[in-house]
Order: sequence, then C-alpha cells, then structure tokens
Amino acid sequence: MEMEAAKMIGAGIAALPLAAAGIGLGLIFSSFLTGAFRNPSAAAANRGTMFLAFALTEFTGLLGFVLAMIILGQ
Amino acid sequence: MADLLNVIITNLLGLAKQNPIGLKAADPMEQFEIVRIFPVGNTPFDFSNASLSMVMVVVVSCIFMFLATRKVSMVPGRMQAVGETLHGFVSDMLREMAGNDGLRFFPYIFTLFLFIFVANLLGLLPTLPSIPKMFHVFTPTSHLAVTLSLAMITISIVLIYGLYKNGFKFFKLFLPGGVPLWLAPLIVPIEIVSFLSRPLSLAIRLFANMFAGHLILKLFAGFVVSLIAAGGLMSGLAILPILGNVAIYLLEILVAFLQAYIFSVLSCMYLGDALHPDH
Amino acid sequence: MTLSMVKIAADTAETAEKSGSLPQQDLSTFPGQIFWLLVTFGIMYLIMSRVFLPKLSGMIEERRDRIADDYDQAAELKRQAEEAEVAYNQSLADAKAKASSIAAETRADLDKEIATMSAKNDEQLASQVASAETRINDMKNAAAAKVQEAAVDTTRALVEALIDEMPTAEATKAAISQN
Repeated sequence: MEMEAAKMIGAGIAALPLAAAGIGLGLIFSSFLTGAFRNPSAAAANRGTMFLAFALTEFTGLLGFVLAMIILGQ
Repeated sequence: MADLLNVIITNLLGLAKQNPIGLKAADPMEQFEIVRIFPVGNTPFDFSNASLSMVMVVVVSCIFMFLATRKVSMVPGRMQAVGETLHGFVSDMLREMAGNDGLRFFPYIFTLFLFIFVANLLGLLPTLPSIPKMFHVFTPTSHLAVTLSLAMITISIVLIYGLYKNGFKFFKLFLPGGVPLWLAPLIVPIEIVSFLSRPLSLAIRLFANMFAGHLILKLFAGFVVSLIAAGGLMSGLAILPILGNVAIYLLEILVAFLQAYIFSVLSCMYLGDALHPDH
Repeated sequence: MTLSMVKIAADTAETAEKSGSLPQQDLSTFPGQIFWLLVTFGIMYLIMSRVFLPKLSGMIEERRDRIADDYDQAAELKRQAEEAEVAYNQSLADAKAKASSIAAETRADLDKEIATMSAKNDEQLASQVASAETRINDMKNAAAAKVQEAAVDTTRALVEALIDEMPTAEATKAAISQN
C-alpha cells in the first residue's frame, strides 16, 4: 500500500510541469495578442509561427503528463 | 457546511461504487486497448482494431479525395474547392518551410497531413454502445508505436535524401554557419542531440495530445455516469461535466487539426534541412 | 463538488491501474501496429501521389496558366487599345489641321476669285460705259448730220420755191455752214 501511495505522489509530482507549460502558453498567447493588437495587419502572417511555438511549449507539459501516466500505469 | 459536503461525498462514493441503477461508465483506458481481430499467418503482425482504424482512415481519405477530384473543372465545385484549399494549404506550408525545391516532397507531406488529420478526427467519433470491442472507435495516433513510426519515416527521408543529395556536406547541419570554430566542441554535440530528439519529440507530441484529450473526454463522461447514478440532487449536477465535455470536444477538434498541422510543419522544416543543410 | 470529482477521478484511475500498465506500453502490439501503419500509409501514399494529386495539381496548374494567359491577353489588348487611342488622337489632330488648312485655302481661293471677278466686272462695266459713250457720240454726230441734211434739203426746197431754181447740195451746205 505504501508503494501505491508513493506512485500516486510520484505521478502528482510528474504532472507539475503542466503548471510551467501553462505559464509558457499564456506568455506566448499574450505576446502574440499584444503584437496583433498593435499591428493587426501583420498578425495573420505570424499565426503559423505562434502555433509552432505553442506546440513546442506544450510538448514540455505533455512530457510531464505522459510521465505521470506511465508512473500510474506501472 | 463541511458536514454536508462530507455526507454528499460519502453518499456519492458509496453509490458510485455500488451503482444501484446498473449504469456503468467505460474504463477511460479501455479505448486505447488493442484487440486482435485475426492473426496474419504465424507473424506477429496481427490485424487488430488499430489496423482496422488505419484502414478506415485510408478509406475515408480516399473517398474525400475521390469526391474532390470526381469532376475537376476550371470553376471548382464545392468538394473540389475543399480539395484545392487543402492542396494550397499544404503546398504553401511546404514552400514556406522548405523552399521551392521542397515541393518534390509534396505528395508525402500531403499524405502525412491527411492521414494524421483524418485519424485524429475519426478517433473523436462516439462509439456505439454494445457492439463488439474490436469495432470500438479507436485513434491510431494515440499510440506511440504509430506516431513514432510516422516520425521515423520523416527522419529516414531527411537522413537518406540529405546524404544522397549533399554527401558529406549534410553534416554541416550540425555546425551552423557563422559559429566560431572554438565553439564547435560545444555546439556540435548539442546539435546532434537536438537532431536525434526530433523524431521523439514529434512522436510524443502527437501521441500525448491525442492520449490526453481522449482520456479527459472519457473521464468527464465517467463523471456524468457517476453523478447520474448517485441520484437525487447529484443527478442534476451531471449537467456540469456534460457542458465541460462539449467544450473539451470542440477543443479536441481544434487540437486534431493543430497537431496534424504541427506534425506536417515540423516535417517540412526537417525536410528543408535535408535540402539546405548549410542555410 | 470539485472534491468529489477528484475522488471519482482517483477511483477511475485506480480501476485503470488495476487493469495493468498502459496499452501504449504493451510491446507485443508494436509489430502489428507498425506493420499495418506502413502498409496503410504506403497504400495511401501511392493512391494520393498516383491518382488524386496529379488530377488536382494539373487542374490548379491549368487554371494558373489560364489566368496568366488571360492576364497577358488583357495586357496585350490594353496595349492595343492605347495604341489605337494614340492613333485616333493623331488622326484627329491631323484632320483638324487639315480642315483648318482647307478652310484657309478655300477662303484664299474665294477671295482671289472674288477679286478677279470684281476686276473683270469693273473692266466690263468700264468698256460698256466707253462703248456707250462712243455710241452716244456717234448718235449725236449722226443726229447733227441728219439735222444739217434736213436743213439743206429744206433750204433747197425753199430756194426752189422762191426762185424756181434748185441750188446744188454743196452750195447750200456751204451757205448754211457759213451762217
């Protein structure tokens, strides 16, 4: 049973990067929106780059999620 | 207040475990299980529900493309316009990321994008209750084996084509131009590690997105069943996870497109590296 | 509320955990998945690159060519129209100049004609006046001669009546002229 509890705690800790990834995603979208409101005509051209940055940042959080699931599934 | 909450929770958990009205939510992990449909000879290559869903992806994609190209005309019809929009979307992406000579990979990137997008979308369809488990809706892209294979195909093309076209110049990829030579011992290992991590990051991104999204959908659906089974006041609260599920479902449609797009964009980028390693 | 959900989630996670490790970690299913992925993806690639994409690309290419052709044609037609306009303006200016020169010429011709005609008229009139004057003079002279003749005749007749002798015409004439 202690093993079970340790697994749960470990999974919880492994899911912590999600918080940092959330902060990072917020930063990306806020910067994009700031730029887009200042210069709306250039916004469309940068949307692809924004989604790319979104994906790259999200990856960090997802790694944490996958780790958590793997720990839970062991 | 705290007492009331305590009573509610204990009631809820008790009821959820015993389930007096026979409602039962599917295990959220059940949708990812692979069930053999028939074996292929003595090989380990069983035809499973994963294989069936991949065949379905090909069939649906081909039906779509058939409708789009059934009667091609100078003034496009509705389906042809959709097909041409997709064609333009992928070719613009490829041209932007890999340059004009990257267009030789157009059929590959187009197939890749369409395959992932259709696989993600088909995985979002609901499963009809009480049909055999092997015919449950299955998302092939929620399995690491599939996404890693797709990523490895891209990286293999990058490696083989890059070496074939540029010879040893291909290794300039690991030492970007303009870097002072004394930094090379530091930069080269970093670049090699980043190159090797590319297929892994491609694969894990797609797999984890699909896995997490579908898991959350099924978890919320499980909440609905548990709340309804709890009866009374709790049944009314079941509307909350339903609304949540609707929102997540819409988000998942966006993610289905976005992940296909990002997988293709990054593939284009890596293929661009193979074409111009010394950019 | 939220707490209960978390509890349920933990419960579900527990059941998931009881069913063993993740299906994604089951290595025995990997060969089948990879094999069938390669088969289906390869078939889809062949179908797309051989059947559907050439059709779509061909049509898009054709349309692009057609549009480019139409643009070229439109530019050519525009150029022609501009040329025609220039030519039209040129010919208009030419015609205007020609018209004004013709008008000036005509006016000069007319002036000349008028001048010659009036000169001719004057001349004619002058000659007519002159001939009329000579005629008048002639007639005056003739009349004077006739009057003299008549006087001579009358004188001779009178003289014959008076003296019964007819003087000669010359003598009479001379006698009259002396008076």
